[in-house]
Amino acid sequence: MNRAVMRVSRIRVGRLLQDKLHVFWMQICLVLVFILPFILVAGMLYKSLLLIEAQPLTELLFSKTWKPMAGRFGFYTFIISSVWVTILALLIAGPICLLTAIHLTQYAKRWVLRVMHPIIDILAGIPSVIYGVWGILVVVPFIGNYLGPFFGKSVSGYSILAGAIVLAIMIIPFILNILIEIFKNIPPELSEASMSLGAGKWQTIKLVQVKKALPGIVSAFGLGMSRAFGETIAVLMVVGNVAQIPKGLFQPGYPLPALIANNYGEMLSIPMYDSALMLAALILFVVVLIFNFASRLIIVKSEKQLA
Amino acid sequence: MMDKFKIVIENLNLQFGNQPILKNICASIPENKITVIMGPSGCGKTTLMKSLNRLTDLNPDAKVTGSIFIDGQDILHTSENITLIRKKMGLLAQRPYPLPMNIYNNIAYGLRISGRRKKRYLDKRVEHYLRQVSLWDEVKDRLKEPAGRLSIGQQQRLCLARGLAVGPDIILADEPTSALDPISSQAIEGKFNELKKNYTIVLVTHILRQAKRLADHVIFMYMGEVVEQGPASEIFGNPRQEMTKSYLNGIFY
Ligand SMILES: Nc1ncnc2c1ncn2[C@@H]1O[C@H](COP(=O)(O)OP(=O)(O)OP(=O)(O)O)[C@@H](O)[C@H]1O
Ligand SMILES: [Mg+2]
Repeated sequence: MNRAVMRVSRIRVGRLLQDKLHVFWMQICLVLVFILPFILVAGMLYKSLLLIEAQPLTELLFSKTWKPMAGRFGFYTFIISSVWVTILALLIAGPICLLTAIHLTQYAKRWVLRVMHPIIDILAGIPSVIYGVWGILVVVPFIGNYLGPFFGKSVSGYSILAGAIVLAIMIIPFILNILIEIFKNIPPELSEASMSLGAGKWQTIKLVQVKKALPGIVSAFGLGMSRAFGETIAVLMVVGNVAQIPKGLFQPGYPLPALIANNYGEMLSIPMYDSALMLAALILFVVVLIFNFASRLIIVKSEKQLA
Repeated sequence: MMDKFKIVIENLNLQFGNQPILKNICASIPENKITVIMGPSGCGKTTLMKSLNRLTDLNPDAKVTGSIFIDGQDILHTSENITLIRKKMGLLAQRPYPLPMNIYNNIAYGLRISGRRKKRYLDKRVEHYLRQVSLWDEVKDRLKEPAGRLSIGQQQRLCLARGLAVGPDIILADEPTSALDPISSQAIEGKFNELKKNYTIVLVTHILRQAKRLADHVIFMYMGEVVEQGPASEIFGNPRQEMTKSYLNGIFY
């Protein structure tokens, strides 16, 4: 009798301990995940502080002089390259995604969307190095042999435009998936209301559906841009990697992620070089963070307004 | 007394996929009267209203057969532009869906679609229709606010005004007072009584007393079929079908 009670209580204590332990480990993991971004930032900040102390931040950001040997680290060229490929990629991907999403949700037969969904997911899951290889095999020669000469330029094909095209193709499935979800979630009654007022289908889409979806569209584009801004390998493979301010679409560029990936671990004998690369990483991180935050903020805000 | 029928429905069948929703509907809706459609939830009232406006076209699963004559023209088999047919009817949906724009533009939307763009004209019309649904005083200072910020009852009146603004001859109102307090409901009911001089009104309601107050003509539906229809006095006073009788006595639903 007594022994039984003791056994029960021992089991109970064991369970309790187990529960406590589980909870403990879960909390540890949670904390780890939570502080991860802070550790990252702290690491980058710590490393780059050396450079930030040596040179004013404005000069680092806006100077065009990149002479590591002389200790001059101006990021302007790289930032501009990044901005160029990103905006260009969005200009290519945005309209394509928007029109595709509208067609798939408003015009196409339902089985088309059913077939397209897995295809889009597959596209989204392809490793970026494959997009890079495809860029070298197809996009670069296309620009070098056809598009460049067509505009009267003799170019290698490794260019801002090549980077932007590859990027655009990479972010298309990502943006498209969000847009399809947004358009699918617009209540059909809204279109019915518009059409019962005498609007045609295209008018309804343009004036009501797109308007309703606008915050979602903007934030989908924002998320796509932050992806494009941070994408490394595929861009690095086709963009040419020449540290100059690109004077045109057919000129090579050198975006920030490519700079980091190409040089980290190689040029570290140069003083402050690793500090400079860490600063590049920090800039990248901050920009992507801002894009992400802004996009999510728009979503949250518009959801609140709907509720 | 002889009624002139504005809408005549003949052998209307509708199915979503393989499921029949409306079965062989035959009904007539008199001009410049209020016709109330009644029946238990899910019997197809909303669907019937939507087919009158051919909004069922938007649903790729919907298959419609039969005829709906409006002013003698079969709108299911016509070469006329369907948006013109829809403009003959102002639809007030079961739940209000303001367009994603400000209050003013919600009313002006239909007018602009039909090519009216002069600001003076639009201003006047917007005020006129907002007054007509007794909403003007509540919103005249916030016409530029998103319509989604209005209360549900205000939205419902806004949607009515929006429907009236395109100059229909028919008003299709699907439970127009379901979100309104008794006083606003009364205001809307009064409005309908006024409007029927110039409009043919089709009204869905679950409120028996409201039906009795408003109806000139009644269509009673059950499980996708019209069970009984006729002048309100007959249906309410002396229903011929058992089903109608028990519904009116509140035995089911
Ligand atoms: N888009 C749709 N797809 C498939 N079935 C539908 C669709 N819309 C309505 N139905 C079905 O059609 C039937 C009739 O629906 P309807 O909305 O017309 O009923 P109702 O009489 O208006 O009901 P309530 O009084 O609750 O509004 C229901 O069984 C409903 O499930
Ligand atoms: Mg209904």
